[in-house]
Amino acid sequence: MKKEFQIISDLIENNTRVLDVGCGDGTLMKYLKDKKNVDTRGLEISKNNVQICISKGLTVIEGNAEKDLKQFPNSSFNYAILSQTLQAFYNPERVIDDLLNVAEKAIVTIPNFGFWKVRLDLLIKGTMPVTKNLPDEWYNTPNLHMCTLKDFFNFCSKKKIKLYRSLALHDKKISEISNFNLNLKNFSSELGIFLIEK
Amino acid sequence: MNVKENIKTIIVKKPLKLDCGETIIDYPLAYETYGKLNDKKDNAILAFHALTGDQFASDINPITKKPGWWSHTVGPSKAIDTNKFFVICANVIGGCMGSFGPGNINPKTNKEYGTDFPVITINDMVNAQYNLLEFFKIDKLYSVTGGSMGGMQVLQFVANFPDKAKTAVPIACTASHSAQNIAFNELGRQSIMADANWKNGNYSYLNSSPDKGLAVARMAAHITYLSKKGLQEKFGRKLQEKEDLNFSFDADFQIESYLRYQGSIFVDRFDANSYLYITRAMDYFDLIKQYKGNLSKAFEKTKTKFFIISFTSDWLYPTAENKEIVIALNASGAEVGFIEISSDKGHDSFLLDIPEFLKAVKNFLEANY
Repeated sequence: MKKEFQIISDLIENNTRVLDVGCGDGTLMKYLKDKKNVDTRGLEISKNNVQICISKGLTVIEGNAEKDLKQFPNSSFNYAILSQTLQAFYNPERVIDDLLNVAEKAIVTIPNFGFWKVRLDLLIKGTMPVTKNLPDEWYNTPNLHMCTLKDFFNFCSKKKIKLYRSLALHDKKISEISNFNLNLKNFSSELGIFLIEK
Repeated sequence: MNVKENIKTIIVKKPLKLDCGETIIDYPLAYETYGKLNDKKDNAILAFHALTGDQFASDINPITKKPGWWSHTVGPSKAIDTNKFFVICANVIGGCMGSFGPGNINPKTNKEYGTDFPVITINDMVNAQYNLLEFFKIDKLYSVTGGSMGGMQVLQFVANFPDKAKTAVPIACTASHSAQNIAFNELGRQSIMADANWKNGNYSYLNSSPDKGLAVARMAAHITYLSKKGLQEKFGRKLQEKEDLNFSFDADFQIESYLRYQGSIFVDRFDANSYLYITRAMDYFDLIKQYKGNLSKAFEKTKTKFFIISFTSDWLYPTAENKEIVIALNASGAEVGFIEISSDKGHDSFLLDIPEFLKAVKNFLEANY
Protein backbone atom coordinates (compact mmCIF):
# COMPACT_ATOMS: atom_id res chain seq x y z
CA MET A 1 0.00 0.00 0.00
CA LYS A 2 1.30 3.44 -0.83
CA LYS A 3 2.70 5.68 1.87
CA GLU A 4 -0.11 8.20 1.51
CA PHE A 5 -2.68 5.53 2.46
CA GLN A 6 -0.56 4.47 5.42
CA ILE A 7 -0.57 8.05 6.71
CA ILE A 8 -4.31 8.44 6.17
CA SER A 9 -4.93 5.16 7.94
CA ASP A 10 -2.85 6.31 10.93
CA LEU A 11 -5.03 9.40 11.24
CA ILE A 12 -8.18 7.29 11.56
CA GLU A 13 -9.25 5.77 14.86
CA ASN A 14 -10.35 2.14 15.10
CA ASN A 15 -14.04 1.17 14.98
CA THR A 16 -15.18 4.35 13.27
CA ARG A 17 -17.36 5.04 10.21
CA VAL A 18 -15.51 6.24 7.14
CA LEU A 19 -16.62 7.44 3.71
CA ASP A 20 -13.91 7.17 1.06
CA VAL A 21 -14.78 9.66 -1.68
CA GLY A 22 -13.22 8.53 -4.95
CA CYS A 23 -12.24 5.22 -3.37
CA GLY A 24 -10.69 3.82 -6.57
CA ASP A 25 -10.17 0.07 -6.41
CA GLY A 26 -10.87 0.06 -2.66
CA THR A 27 -7.29 -0.59 -1.47
CA LEU A 28 -7.53 1.88 1.39
CA MET A 29 -11.08 0.86 2.31
CA LYS A 30 -10.14 -2.80 2.46
CA TYR A 31 -7.15 -1.99 4.67
CA LEU A 32 -9.24 0.13 7.04
CA LYS A 33 -11.92 -2.54 7.20
CA ASP A 34 -9.53 -5.41 7.85
CA LYS A 35 -6.94 -3.75 10.07
CA LYS A 36 -8.88 -1.09 11.96
CA ASN A 37 -12.37 -2.59 11.99
CA VAL A 38 -13.66 0.52 10.28
CA ASP A 39 -17.19 0.53 8.84
CA THR A 40 -16.37 1.80 5.35
CA ARG A 41 -18.42 3.12 2.45
CA GLY A 42 -17.08 4.28 -0.90
CA LEU A 43 -18.18 6.67 -3.59
CA GLU A 44 -16.53 6.04 -6.96
CA ILE A 45 -17.08 7.39 -10.45
CA SER A 46 -15.48 4.56 -12.46
CA LYS A 47 -17.69 1.54 -13.14
CA ASN A 48 -14.62 -0.64 -13.44
CA ASN A 49 -13.37 0.38 -10.00
CA VAL A 50 -16.84 -0.15 -8.52
CA GLN A 51 -16.77 -3.71 -9.88
CA ILE A 52 -13.36 -4.31 -8.28
CA CYS A 53 -14.65 -2.99 -4.95
CA ILE A 54 -17.71 -5.26 -5.14
CA SER A 55 -15.47 -8.26 -5.70
CA LYS A 56 -13.65 -7.31 -2.48
CA GLY A 57 -16.93 -7.25 -0.58
CA LEU A 58 -16.75 -3.47 -0.14
CA THR A 59 -19.87 -1.31 -0.12
CA VAL A 60 -19.46 1.25 -2.85
CA ILE A 61 -21.87 3.55 -4.63
CA GLU A 62 -21.19 4.49 -8.23
CA GLY A 63 -21.49 8.23 -8.33
CA ASN A 64 -19.97 11.66 -8.62
CA ALA A 65 -18.85 13.43 -5.47
CA GLU A 66 -20.04 16.78 -6.80
CA LYS A 67 -23.62 15.51 -7.09
CA ASP A 68 -23.91 12.52 -4.83
CA LEU A 69 -22.29 13.52 -1.53
CA LYS A 70 -25.47 15.32 -0.52
CA GLN A 71 -27.41 12.06 -0.29
CA PHE A 72 -25.67 11.13 2.94
CA PRO A 73 -27.23 12.58 6.08
CA ASN A 74 -25.28 15.15 8.04
CA SER A 75 -22.57 13.73 10.30
CA SER A 76 -23.28 10.18 9.21
CA PHE A 77 -19.56 9.42 9.17
CA ASN A 78 -16.69 10.05 11.55
CA TYR A 79 -14.31 10.66 8.66
CA ALA A 80 -14.56 11.43 4.97
CA ILE A 81 -11.47 10.79 2.86
CA LEU A 82 -10.67 12.67 -0.32
CA SER A 83 -7.42 11.48 -1.80
CA GLN A 84 -5.86 13.57 -4.58
CA THR A 85 -9.13 14.43 -6.28
CA LEU A 86 -10.03 17.88 -4.94
CA GLN A 87 -8.25 19.52 -7.86
CA ALA A 88 -10.41 17.62 -10.38
CA PHE A 89 -13.74 19.07 -9.26
CA TYR A 90 -15.62 21.94 -10.90
CA ASN A 91 -16.31 23.38 -7.49
CA PRO A 92 -13.77 22.21 -4.88
CA GLU A 93 -15.07 24.71 -2.34
CA ARG A 94 -18.53 23.12 -2.36
CA VAL A 95 -17.09 19.60 -2.20
CA ILE A 96 -15.13 20.50 0.95
CA ASP A 97 -18.30 21.97 2.38
CA ASP A 98 -20.24 18.77 1.60
CA LEU A 99 -17.47 16.59 3.03
CA LEU A 100 -17.59 18.46 6.31
CA ASN A 101 -21.36 18.10 6.40
CA VAL A 102 -21.48 14.33 5.92
CA ALA A 103 -18.54 13.65 8.22
CA GLU A 104 -17.29 15.08 11.49
CA LYS A 105 -13.78 15.29 10.07
CA ALA A 106 -12.29 15.08 6.62
CA ILE A 107 -8.89 13.94 5.42
CA VAL A 108 -7.93 15.72 2.23
CA THR A 109 -4.74 15.04 0.31
CA ILE A 110 -3.43 17.41 -2.31
CA PRO A 111 -0.71 17.07 -4.95
CA ASN A 112 1.35 20.17 -4.31
CA PHE A 113 1.59 22.56 -7.25
CA GLY A 114 4.12 24.53 -5.24
CA PHE A 115 6.66 21.67 -5.23
CA TRP A 116 10.00 22.90 -6.58
CA LYS A 117 10.05 20.51 -9.56
CA VAL A 118 6.65 21.78 -10.61
CA ARG A 119 7.78 25.37 -10.26
CA LEU A 120 10.92 24.62 -12.21
CA ASP A 121 9.01 23.19 -15.17
CA LEU A 122 7.05 26.36 -15.50
CA LEU A 123 9.93 28.71 -14.67
CA ILE A 124 12.72 27.19 -16.72
CA LYS A 125 11.02 25.15 -19.43
CA GLY A 126 8.03 27.44 -19.68
CA THR A 127 5.73 24.44 -20.07
CA MET A 128 2.94 23.11 -17.88
CA PRO A 129 4.49 20.82 -15.26
CA VAL A 130 4.51 17.05 -15.71
CA THR A 131 5.77 15.13 -12.66
CA LYS A 132 5.30 11.78 -10.93
CA ASN A 133 2.26 13.09 -9.04
CA LEU A 134 1.00 15.17 -11.97
CA PRO A 135 1.61 12.81 -14.88
CA ASP A 136 -0.82 14.26 -17.42
CA GLU A 137 -0.30 16.84 -20.13
CA TRP A 138 -2.23 20.11 -19.99
CA TYR A 139 -4.55 18.89 -22.77
CA ASN A 140 -5.62 15.67 -21.09
CA THR A 141 -5.31 16.33 -17.39
CA PRO A 142 -8.46 15.82 -15.30
CA ASN A 143 -7.19 18.54 -12.97
CA LEU A 144 -9.15 21.77 -13.14
CA HIS A 145 -8.18 23.57 -9.95
CA MET A 146 -4.56 22.95 -9.03
CA CYS A 147 -3.40 24.45 -5.77
CA THR A 148 -0.36 24.55 -3.55
CA LEU A 149 -0.10 23.45 0.07
CA LYS A 150 0.00 27.10 1.00
CA ASP A 151 -3.17 27.78 -1.00
CA PHE A 152 -5.02 25.07 0.89
CA PHE A 153 -3.60 26.27 4.21
CA ASN A 154 -4.84 29.79 3.46
CA PHE A 155 -8.18 28.48 2.18
CA CYS A 156 -8.83 26.72 5.49
CA SER A 157 -7.98 29.80 7.47
CA LYS A 158 -10.19 32.00 5.27
CA LYS A 159 -13.13 29.54 5.50
CA LYS A 160 -12.60 29.07 9.25
CA ILE A 161 -11.95 25.37 8.76
CA LYS A 162 -9.96 23.88 11.62
CA LEU A 163 -6.71 22.21 10.59
CA TYR A 164 -6.17 19.36 13.03
CA ARG A 165 -3.14 17.92 11.34
CA SER A 166 -1.18 19.19 8.35
CA LEU A 167 1.37 16.78 7.01
CA ALA A 168 3.80 17.03 4.14
CA LEU A 169 5.08 14.03 2.25
CA HIS A 170 8.27 13.83 0.24
CA ASP A 171 10.22 10.71 -0.72
CA LYS A 172 8.20 8.67 1.79
CA LYS A 173 9.21 11.05 4.58
CA ILE A 174 6.44 12.74 6.56
CA SER A 175 6.73 16.02 8.40
CA GLU A 176 4.35 18.41 10.13
CA ILE A 177 3.45 21.65 8.40
CA SER A 178 3.11 24.71 10.60
CA ASN A 179 2.81 28.46 10.12
CA PHE A 180 6.58 28.68 10.61
CA ASN A 181 7.74 26.20 7.99
CA LEU A 182 4.87 26.63 5.53
CA ASN A 183 6.94 28.30 2.81
CA LEU A 184 9.63 25.68 3.04
CA LYS A 185 7.24 22.72 3.05
CA ASN A 186 5.35 24.30 0.17
CA PHE A 187 8.62 24.20 -1.77
CA SER A 188 9.94 20.80 -0.75
CA SER A 189 6.85 18.54 -0.58
CA GLU A 190 5.05 16.59 -3.28
CA LEU A 191 1.91 15.92 -1.30
CA GLY A 192 -0.05 17.52 1.53
CA ILE A 193 -2.30 15.56 3.87
CA PHE A 194 -4.78 17.54 5.94
CA LEU A 195 -7.13 16.48 8.70
CA ILE A 196 -9.82 19.14 8.86
CA GLU A 197 -13.02 19.94 10.75
CA LYS A 198 -15.68 22.59 10.32
CA MET B 1 -51.11 -24.80 -19.38
CA ASN B 2 -52.94 -27.86 -18.13
CA VAL B 3 -49.80 -29.90 -17.62
CA LYS B 4 -49.51 -28.96 -13.97
CA GLU B 5 -48.20 -32.19 -12.44
CA ASN B 6 -44.64 -30.78 -12.53
CA ILE B 7 -45.61 -27.93 -10.27
CA LYS B 8 -44.65 -28.03 -6.60
CA THR B 9 -47.25 -26.38 -4.42
CA ILE B 10 -47.83 -25.66 -0.75
CA ILE B 11 -51.28 -24.91 0.59
CA VAL B 12 -50.97 -21.95 2.91
CA LYS B 13 -53.09 -22.57 5.99
CA LYS B 14 -52.32 -19.27 7.65
CA PRO B 15 -54.90 -16.60 6.79
CA LEU B 16 -53.55 -13.63 4.84
CA LYS B 17 -55.33 -10.33 5.15
CA LEU B 18 -54.95 -8.60 1.80
CA ASP B 19 -54.52 -4.84 1.40
CA CYS B 20 -57.97 -4.68 -0.22
CA GLY B 21 -59.49 -5.91 3.06
CA GLU B 22 -60.35 -9.48 2.08
CA THR B 23 -58.73 -12.42 3.84
CA ILE B 24 -57.56 -15.49 1.97
CA ILE B 25 -56.86 -18.88 3.56
CA ASP B 26 -55.91 -22.39 2.38
CA TYR B 27 -54.60 -20.99 -0.88
CA PRO B 28 -52.03 -22.63 -3.17
CA LEU B 29 -48.54 -21.21 -3.58
CA ALA B 30 -46.48 -22.80 -6.35
CA TYR B 31 -42.70 -22.76 -6.13
CA GLU B 32 -39.52 -24.25 -7.52
CA THR B 33 -36.06 -24.62 -6.01
CA TYR B 34 -32.55 -24.89 -7.41
CA GLY B 35 -29.44 -26.10 -5.57
CA LYS B 36 -29.38 -27.54 -2.06
CA LEU B 37 -30.24 -26.01 1.28
CA ASN B 38 -27.19 -26.54 3.49
CA ASP B 39 -27.31 -27.89 7.07
CA LYS B 40 -26.96 -24.44 8.61
CA LYS B 41 -29.77 -23.24 6.35
CA ASP B 42 -27.87 -20.03 5.69
CA ASN B 43 -27.51 -20.29 1.90
CA ALA B 44 -31.09 -19.67 0.77
CA ILE B 45 -31.91 -16.97 -1.76
CA LEU B 46 -35.50 -16.02 -2.49
CA ALA B 47 -35.80 -14.81 -6.09
CA PHE B 48 -38.89 -12.84 -7.04
CA HIS B 49 -40.15 -12.90 -10.59
CA ALA B 50 -41.33 -10.01 -12.75
CA LEU B 51 -44.73 -9.37 -14.36
CA THR B 52 -44.79 -12.30 -16.77
CA GLY B 53 -42.33 -14.60 -15.02
CA ASP B 54 -43.05 -17.65 -12.94
CA GLN B 55 -41.36 -19.96 -10.43
CA PHE B 56 -39.23 -21.61 -13.13
CA ALA B 57 -36.24 -19.29 -12.89
CA SER B 58 -33.63 -21.72 -14.19
CA ASP B 59 -33.26 -24.97 -16.14
CA ILE B 60 -35.96 -25.82 -18.68
CA ASN B 61 -39.42 -24.64 -17.76
CA PRO B 62 -41.43 -27.90 -17.67
CA ILE B 63 -44.56 -26.16 -18.90
CA THR B 64 -43.20 -24.04 -21.76
CA LYS B 65 -40.20 -26.33 -22.49
CA LYS B 66 -38.06 -23.18 -22.80
CA PRO B 67 -35.16 -22.05 -20.58
CA GLY B 68 -36.29 -20.45 -17.30
CA TRP B 69 -36.64 -16.66 -17.29
CA TRP B 70 -33.44 -16.15 -15.27
CA SER B 71 -31.39 -19.03 -16.66
CA HIS B 72 -28.51 -16.69 -17.59
CA THR B 73 -28.27 -15.67 -13.94
CA VAL B 74 -29.29 -18.73 -11.93
CA GLY B 75 -27.59 -22.13 -12.26
CA PRO B 76 -24.45 -24.10 -11.46
CA SER B 77 -21.38 -21.76 -11.51
CA LYS B 78 -23.57 -18.91 -12.75
CA ALA B 79 -24.00 -15.47 -11.15
CA ILE B 80 -26.36 -16.96 -8.58
CA ASP B 81 -24.42 -20.18 -8.24
CA THR B 82 -26.68 -23.09 -7.38
CA ASN B 83 -23.62 -25.14 -6.40
CA LYS B 84 -23.38 -22.75 -3.44
CA PHE B 85 -26.83 -21.31 -2.97
CA PHE B 86 -30.30 -22.71 -2.56
CA VAL B 87 -32.59 -20.64 -4.76
CA ILE B 88 -36.31 -20.55 -4.08
CA CYS B 89 -38.68 -18.94 -6.53
CA ALA B 90 -42.46 -18.81 -6.17
CA ASN B 91 -45.21 -17.91 -8.56
CA VAL B 92 -46.79 -14.69 -7.25
CA ILE B 93 -50.38 -14.80 -6.07
CA GLY B 94 -52.50 -13.45 -8.88
CA GLY B 95 -50.31 -15.44 -11.27
CA CYS B 96 -51.20 -18.34 -13.55
CA MET B 97 -48.54 -20.98 -12.89
CA GLY B 98 -50.12 -22.77 -9.96
CA SER B 99 -50.37 -20.07 -7.27
CA PHE B 100 -53.69 -18.66 -6.16
CA GLY B 101 -54.94 -16.58 -9.08
CA PRO B 102 -57.99 -15.50 -11.07
CA GLY B 103 -57.91 -18.81 -12.97
CA ASN B 104 -58.61 -20.76 -9.77
CA ILE B 105 -62.10 -22.09 -9.09
CA ASN B 106 -64.17 -19.97 -6.75
CA PRO B 107 -65.85 -22.43 -4.34
CA LYS B 108 -68.83 -20.09 -4.02
CA THR B 109 -69.69 -20.20 -7.71
CA ASN B 110 -67.84 -23.35 -8.88
CA LYS B 111 -66.36 -21.40 -11.77
CA GLU B 112 -63.13 -19.47 -12.22
CA TYR B 113 -62.80 -16.34 -10.13
CA GLY B 114 -62.13 -14.12 -13.13
CA THR B 115 -62.66 -10.54 -12.02
CA ASP B 116 -64.18 -11.73 -8.74
CA PHE B 117 -60.62 -12.42 -7.68
CA PRO B 118 -59.52 -9.85 -5.08
CA VAL B 119 -57.21 -7.07 -6.24
CA ILE B 120 -53.80 -7.97 -4.86
CA THR B 121 -50.73 -5.85 -4.17
CA ILE B 122 -46.96 -6.30 -4.12
CA ASN B 123 -47.27 -6.35 -0.34
CA ASP B 124 -49.75 -9.24 -0.54
CA MET B 125 -47.47 -11.16 -2.92
CA VAL B 126 -44.53 -10.79 -0.54
CA ASN B 127 -46.54 -11.72 2.55
CA ALA B 128 -47.78 -14.85 0.79
CA GLN B 129 -44.27 -15.90 -0.22
CA TYR B 130 -42.97 -15.34 3.30
CA ASN B 131 -44.71 -18.61 4.18
CA LEU B 132 -42.00 -20.42 2.22
CA LEU B 133 -39.48 -19.53 4.93
CA GLU B 134 -41.57 -21.43 7.45
CA PHE B 135 -42.10 -24.26 5.01
CA PHE B 136 -38.34 -24.72 4.54
CA LYS B 137 -37.67 -23.87 8.22
CA ILE B 138 -35.31 -21.07 7.19
CA ASP B 139 -34.82 -18.48 9.89
CA LYS B 140 -32.96 -15.99 7.74
CA LEU B 141 -32.43 -15.84 4.00
CA TYR B 142 -28.97 -15.13 2.67
CA SER B 143 -30.47 -12.89 0.03
CA VAL B 144 -33.62 -11.65 -1.65
CA THR B 145 -33.35 -10.59 -5.25
CA GLY B 146 -35.28 -9.90 -8.41
CA GLY B 147 -35.61 -7.48 -11.29
CA SER B 148 -38.41 -5.12 -12.26
CA MET B 149 -41.52 -6.19 -10.30
CA GLY B 150 -39.20 -8.71 -8.64
CA GLY B 151 -37.13 -5.78 -7.38
CA MET B 152 -40.23 -4.12 -5.98
CA GLN B 153 -40.93 -7.31 -4.06
CA VAL B 154 -37.36 -7.21 -2.71
CA LEU B 155 -37.92 -3.69 -1.36
CA GLN B 156 -41.27 -4.65 0.13
CA PHE B 157 -39.81 -7.82 1.66
CA VAL B 158 -37.07 -5.95 3.51
CA ALA B 159 -39.52 -3.25 4.62
CA ASN B 160 -41.88 -5.93 5.99
CA PHE B 161 -39.23 -8.26 7.40
CA PRO B 162 -36.19 -6.14 8.26
CA ASP B 163 -34.21 -8.99 9.87
CA LYS B 164 -35.06 -11.85 7.51
CA ALA B 165 -32.50 -11.30 4.75
CA LYS B 166 -28.77 -10.80 5.15
CA THR B 167 -28.49 -9.15 1.74
CA ALA B 168 -30.86 -7.75 -0.86
CA VAL B 169 -30.30 -7.15 -4.57
CA PRO B 170 -33.14 -5.16 -6.15
CA ILE B 171 -32.49 -4.76 -9.87
CA ALA B 172 -33.93 -2.29 -12.40
CA CYS B 173 -36.89 -1.32 -10.26
CA THR B 174 -38.55 1.57 -8.48
CA ALA B 175 -39.99 2.38 -5.07
CA SER B 176 -43.05 3.97 -6.60
CA HIS B 177 -44.68 3.17 -9.94
CA SER B 178 -44.52 6.28 -12.12
CA ALA B 179 -47.33 7.79 -14.21
CA GLN B 180 -45.57 6.49 -17.31
CA ASN B 181 -45.42 2.95 -15.87
CA ILE B 182 -49.11 3.10 -14.98
CA ALA B 183 -49.95 4.46 -18.44
CA PHE B 184 -48.26 1.54 -20.20
CA ASN B 185 -49.98 -0.96 -17.93
CA GLU B 186 -53.34 0.66 -18.54
CA LEU B 187 -52.74 0.39 -22.29
CA GLY B 188 -52.22 -3.36 -21.86
CA ARG B 189 -55.30 -3.79 -19.69
CA GLN B 190 -57.52 -1.82 -22.03
CA SER B 191 -56.28 -3.91 -24.92
CA ILE B 192 -57.33 -7.11 -23.11
CA MET B 193 -60.67 -5.72 -22.00
CA ALA B 194 -61.41 -4.39 -25.50
CA ASP B 195 -61.16 -7.92 -26.88
CA ALA B 196 -64.75 -9.21 -27.23
CA ASN B 197 -63.50 -12.63 -26.13
CA TRP B 198 -62.54 -11.29 -22.72
CA LYS B 199 -66.25 -11.39 -21.76
CA ASN B 200 -65.85 -9.38 -18.55
CA GLY B 201 -63.23 -11.80 -17.37
CA ASN B 202 -65.46 -14.90 -17.65
CA TYR B 203 -63.76 -16.21 -20.77
CA SER B 204 -62.65 -19.55 -19.28
CA TYR B 205 -66.16 -20.41 -18.17
CA LEU B 206 -67.52 -19.37 -21.55
CA ASN B 207 -64.83 -21.29 -23.45
CA SER B 208 -63.29 -18.32 -25.15
CA SER B 209 -59.96 -16.56 -24.83
CA PRO B 210 -58.97 -12.90 -25.35
CA ASP B 211 -55.82 -13.88 -27.25
CA LYS B 212 -55.75 -10.85 -29.52
CA GLY B 213 -56.08 -8.40 -26.68
CA LEU B 214 -53.44 -10.15 -24.58
CA ALA B 215 -51.08 -10.34 -27.58
CA VAL B 216 -51.39 -6.61 -28.23
CA ALA B 217 -50.80 -5.93 -24.52
CA ARG B 218 -47.63 -7.99 -24.74
CA MET B 219 -46.49 -6.27 -27.93
CA ALA B 220 -46.88 -2.82 -26.39
CA ALA B 221 -45.15 -3.87 -23.19
CA HIS B 222 -42.35 -5.57 -25.08
CA ILE B 223 -41.39 -2.27 -26.72
CA THR B 224 -40.98 -0.73 -23.28
CA TYR B 225 -38.53 -3.47 -22.29
CA LEU B 226 -36.15 -2.61 -25.14
CA SER B 227 -34.25 0.54 -26.02
CA LYS B 228 -34.50 2.61 -29.15
CA LYS B 229 -30.87 1.92 -29.94
CA GLY B 230 -31.24 -1.81 -29.32
CA LEU B 231 -34.29 -1.98 -31.60
CA GLN B 232 -32.57 0.05 -34.29
CA GLU B 233 -29.47 -2.13 -34.23
CA LYS B 234 -31.37 -5.40 -34.22
CA PHE B 235 -34.09 -4.54 -36.74
CA GLY B 236 -33.55 -1.13 -38.28
CA ARG B 237 -35.87 -0.91 -41.27
CA LYS B 238 -35.12 -4.45 -42.40
CA LEU B 239 -37.93 -6.13 -44.30
CA GLN B 240 -39.39 -9.49 -43.38
CA GLU B 241 -38.58 -12.10 -46.04
CA LYS B 242 -39.32 -9.75 -48.91
CA GLU B 243 -37.45 -7.53 -51.32
CA ASP B 244 -39.69 -4.51 -51.21
CA LEU B 245 -42.60 -2.92 -49.40
CA ASN B 246 -45.89 -4.69 -49.96
CA PHE B 247 -48.16 -1.67 -49.90
CA SER B 248 -50.41 -3.52 -47.46
CA PHE B 249 -50.78 -3.99 -43.71
CA ASP B 250 -48.91 -7.28 -43.61
CA ALA B 251 -45.84 -7.43 -41.46
CA ASP B 252 -43.51 -5.79 -43.97
CA PHE B 253 -40.88 -4.92 -41.42
CA GLN B 254 -38.97 -7.40 -39.28
CA ILE B 255 -39.85 -5.51 -36.14
CA GLU B 256 -43.56 -5.98 -36.88
CA SER B 257 -43.11 -9.66 -37.46
CA TYR B 258 -41.02 -9.95 -34.29
CA LEU B 259 -43.63 -8.22 -32.14
CA ARG B 260 -46.46 -10.30 -33.62
CA TYR B 261 -44.49 -13.43 -32.83
CA GLN B 262 -43.79 -12.27 -29.26
CA GLY B 263 -47.50 -11.59 -28.82
CA SER B 264 -48.56 -14.94 -30.24
CA ILE B 265 -46.24 -17.08 -28.09
CA PHE B 266 -47.15 -15.11 -24.98
CA VAL B 267 -50.83 -16.04 -25.09
CA ASP B 268 -49.91 -19.71 -24.97
CA ARG B 269 -48.29 -19.36 -21.59
CA PHE B 270 -50.06 -16.50 -19.87
CA ASP B 271 -53.55 -15.79 -18.60
CA ALA B 272 -55.24 -12.52 -19.52
CA ASN B 273 -56.86 -11.98 -16.13
CA SER B 274 -53.54 -12.62 -14.37
CA TYR B 275 -52.08 -9.91 -16.60
CA LEU B 276 -54.76 -7.50 -15.39
CA TYR B 277 -54.23 -8.34 -11.73
CA ILE B 278 -50.45 -8.31 -11.72
CA THR B 279 -50.16 -5.03 -13.66
CA ARG B 280 -52.62 -3.55 -11.16
CA ALA B 281 -50.45 -4.71 -8.28
CA MET B 282 -47.46 -2.97 -9.87
CA ASP B 283 -49.44 0.24 -10.38
CA TYR B 284 -50.54 0.25 -6.76
CA PHE B 285 -46.96 -0.15 -5.59
CA ASP B 286 -45.85 2.99 -3.80
CA LEU B 287 -43.51 2.25 -0.94
CA ILE B 288 -43.00 5.99 -0.43
CA LYS B 289 -46.71 6.46 0.26
CA GLN B 290 -46.79 3.36 2.47
CA TYR B 291 -44.25 5.12 4.68
CA LYS B 292 -46.04 8.45 4.62
CA GLY B 293 -43.84 10.19 2.11
CA ASN B 294 -40.52 9.15 3.62
CA LEU B 295 -39.00 6.15 1.85
CA SER B 296 -36.09 5.94 4.30
CA LYS B 297 -38.59 4.99 7.03
CA ALA B 298 -39.22 1.77 5.09
CA PHE B 299 -35.66 0.70 5.83
CA GLU B 300 -35.20 2.25 9.24
CA LYS B 301 -34.88 -1.01 11.14
CA THR B 302 -33.02 -3.09 8.62
CA LYS B 303 -29.52 -4.55 8.89
CA THR B 304 -29.84 -6.00 5.40
CA LYS B 305 -26.95 -5.12 3.13
CA PHE B 306 -28.28 -3.77 -0.16
CA PHE B 307 -26.81 -3.81 -3.64
CA ILE B 308 -28.82 -1.89 -6.19
CA ILE B 309 -28.30 -2.32 -9.92
CA SER B 310 -29.69 -0.28 -12.80
CA PHE B 311 -29.03 -0.23 -16.55
CA THR B 312 -28.04 2.78 -18.66
CA SER B 313 -30.63 2.21 -21.40
CA ASP B 314 -33.55 1.24 -19.12
CA TRP B 315 -36.12 3.98 -19.62
CA LEU B 316 -38.93 2.07 -17.91
CA TYR B 317 -37.21 1.94 -14.52
CA PRO B 318 -34.42 4.44 -15.13
CA THR B 319 -31.26 4.86 -13.09
CA ALA B 320 -32.66 7.99 -11.44
CA GLU B 321 -35.49 5.97 -9.86
CA ASN B 322 -33.07 3.30 -8.68
CA LYS B 323 -30.86 5.99 -7.18
CA GLU B 324 -33.80 7.31 -5.18
CA ILE B 325 -33.78 3.99 -3.38
CA VAL B 326 -30.04 4.32 -2.76
CA ILE B 327 -30.55 7.80 -1.33
CA ALA B 328 -33.36 6.61 0.96
CA LEU B 329 -31.25 3.72 2.20
CA ASN B 330 -28.35 6.04 2.92
CA ALA B 331 -30.67 8.40 4.73
CA SER B 332 -31.83 5.55 6.93
CA GLY B 333 -28.23 4.57 7.67
CA ALA B 334 -28.52 1.23 5.88
CA GLU B 335 -25.59 -0.30 4.07
CA VAL B 336 -26.03 0.11 0.33
CA GLY B 337 -23.90 -0.29 -2.77
CA PHE B 338 -24.94 0.76 -6.25
CA ILE B 339 -23.81 0.25 -9.82
CA GLU B 340 -25.27 1.31 -13.15
CA ILE B 341 -24.46 -1.30 -15.79
CA SER B 342 -23.77 -0.10 -19.35
CA SER B 343 -26.11 -1.91 -21.72
CA ASP B 344 -28.12 -0.91 -24.77
CA LYS B 345 -30.61 -3.75 -24.22
CA GLY B 346 -33.05 -1.63 -22.20
CA HIS B 347 -35.07 -2.84 -19.22
CA ASP B 348 -34.78 -6.45 -20.41
CA SER B 349 -31.04 -6.35 -19.60
CA PHE B 350 -31.59 -8.00 -16.23
CA LEU B 351 -32.83 -11.14 -18.02
CA LEU B 352 -30.01 -11.28 -20.56
CA ASP B 353 -26.42 -12.39 -20.77
CA ILE B 354 -24.80 -9.06 -19.88
CA PRO B 355 -21.33 -10.01 -18.53
CA GLU B 356 -20.79 -6.89 -16.40
CA PHE B 357 -24.20 -7.37 -14.78
CA LEU B 358 -23.66 -11.05 -14.10
CA LYS B 359 -20.18 -10.35 -12.73
CA ALA B 360 -21.51 -7.72 -10.32
CA VAL B 361 -24.24 -10.03 -9.00
CA LYS B 362 -21.86 -12.97 -8.62
CA ASN B 363 -19.14 -10.95 -6.92
CA PHE B 364 -21.55 -9.29 -4.52
CA LEU B 365 -23.22 -12.54 -3.47
CA GLU B 366 -19.98 -14.44 -3.10
CA ALA B 367 -17.92 -11.73 -1.38
CA ASN B 368 -20.58 -11.20 1.28
CA TYR B 369 -21.43 -14.86 1.95
